Amino acid sequence: MVFAESLICRECSRTYELAPAYFCEWCFGPLDVLYDYEAVAESISREKIAKGPPTLWRYADLLPVEASAATDLGAGFTPLVRADRLAEVLGLGEVWVKNDTLNPTNSFKDRPVTVAVTKAIEFGIKTVACASTGNLANAVAAHAARAGLDSYVFVPHDIERSKIVATAALGRVVAVQGNYDDVNRLCVQLTEEYPWGIVNVNLRPYYAEGSKTLAFETAEQLGWELPDHVVVPVASGALLTKIAKGFDELVQVGLVDSAEVRISGAQAEGCSPVATAFEEGSDDVRPQKPDTIAKSLAIGDPADGYYALREVRRSGGAIAAVTEDEIVEAIHLLARTEGILTEPAGGVTVATLAKMARDGRVTDSERVVIYITGHGLKALEVIATDDPVPIPATVDGFRAEFEKEE
Amino acid sequence: MPATIRIPTSLQGLTEGSSEVEVPAGQVGAAIDDLITRYPDLGERLLGEDGKPRRFVNIFVAEDDIRFLDGLETTVTDGQVVTILPAMAGG
Repeated sequence: MVFAESLICRECSRTYELAPAYFCEWCFGPLDVLYDYEAVAESISREKIAKGPPTLWRYADLLPVEASAATDLGAGFTPLVRADRLAEVLGLGEVWVKNDTLNPTNSFKDRPVTVAVTKAIEFGIKTVACASTGNLANAVAAHAARAGLDSYVFVPHDIERSKIVATAALGRVVAVQGNYDDVNRLCVQLTEEYPWGIVNVNLRPYYAEGSKTLAFETAEQLGWELPDHVVVPVASGALLTKIAKGFDELVQVGLVDSAEVRISGAQAEGCSPVATAFEEGSDDVRPQKPDTIAKSLAIGDPADGYYALREVRRSGGAIAAVTEDEIVEAIHLLARTEGILTEPAGGVTVATLAKMARDGRVTDSERVVIYITGHGLKALEVIATDDPVPIPATVDGFRAEFEKEE
Repeated sequence: MPATIRIPTSLQGLTEGSSEVEVPAGQVGAAIDDLITRYPDLGERLLGEDGKPRRFVNIFVAEDDIRFLDGLETTVTDGQVVTILPAMAGG
């Protein structure tokens, strides 16, 4: 049973039928999926969800596609682990890490893509595509392969090599001269030329819904309680906006009582249009030319930046930006304290948490959840070290090398 | 040789089906004004009450977003293409 009824403009509330469409023809505002929440509330329950599959499809009542026809590689329901060792270093109390590196293609992008590809098939679309900084590329190529669809993934030419290699094995990569915002513009133009489903362009309303499931899982894994504060990496701003929507929907359908979650955002200084607007107290997210090792967050003209800013301010959160050195240091901090290896986006998130802890914008009385959205093996360049010098395969050889350390 | 403004499909109903409209070279703002003079219904769709492009409308000269150039004062030369696109994509 699908409870999605129509698309609605986030700005002027004009409604449209469910179709491959992404902006309001009147005001160009973004389109969102509108559900019959009363019907969802009658259908959904904590017990029903608990009996569902160990994937994001356990929340099918709040997704805009027919779950029984899902193109499913097992996205979602990733571990939420308590991070006491990290919390201690940062001087915080209760910190949890949502380890979304453990998705089928090792980033959170499998969530929106499993929804978007399923919707593409519903619409009779034969070819899917995306504009990507790399993680989305992996996810689209994999899900398209699984569904037997043709795919084109468009990426900036200078993203991490492992993301290009992995995607090329799964599907077709088109490397583009320029940055992500150039790739994105190209894809918008291609939408008018080809009968494709470009997951983050003309399938964007459905695609973005997949990211809400991070909020649903957070609540369920905390025993149907909400955290006090979450820290979310910000690229386009869609993830943060959808996590906020997810918490609100849980209240709306009666799964939790109230959603007073402070929502904070994390950016790299080398690409910080939303953090800059936040610090300036402005609503105007001015585009930037990105220059950061956090390539998966390198969106200089974030489509949902304005809305991410609004959610952060509404909820009493903050958005901060961190330096390249802080990002690398934070990757190592998370690795050495919690055994979780993240790509630079996660370094940005951990470094932002650390910075906000120092500034008192996160406190030790709060239950905090941070979202680690991509695996470190996808971006080894930034943590590469010299190869270790081999020791002789003898006990003495080991002692000679390592007893020096003591 | 004039410049060209490329109209997105969703707005072609307001330009009598034209996907491209020729305008005199000069500044982007003047080119858009010229377009709106010819097709007045486009005015409130493209520009806000402050006369600036609406939040969700992006304008490019050749491949460059005018927000990285001089905004509506960006120069458009003969033969160049101005593209109007919805902003709400990506990520």
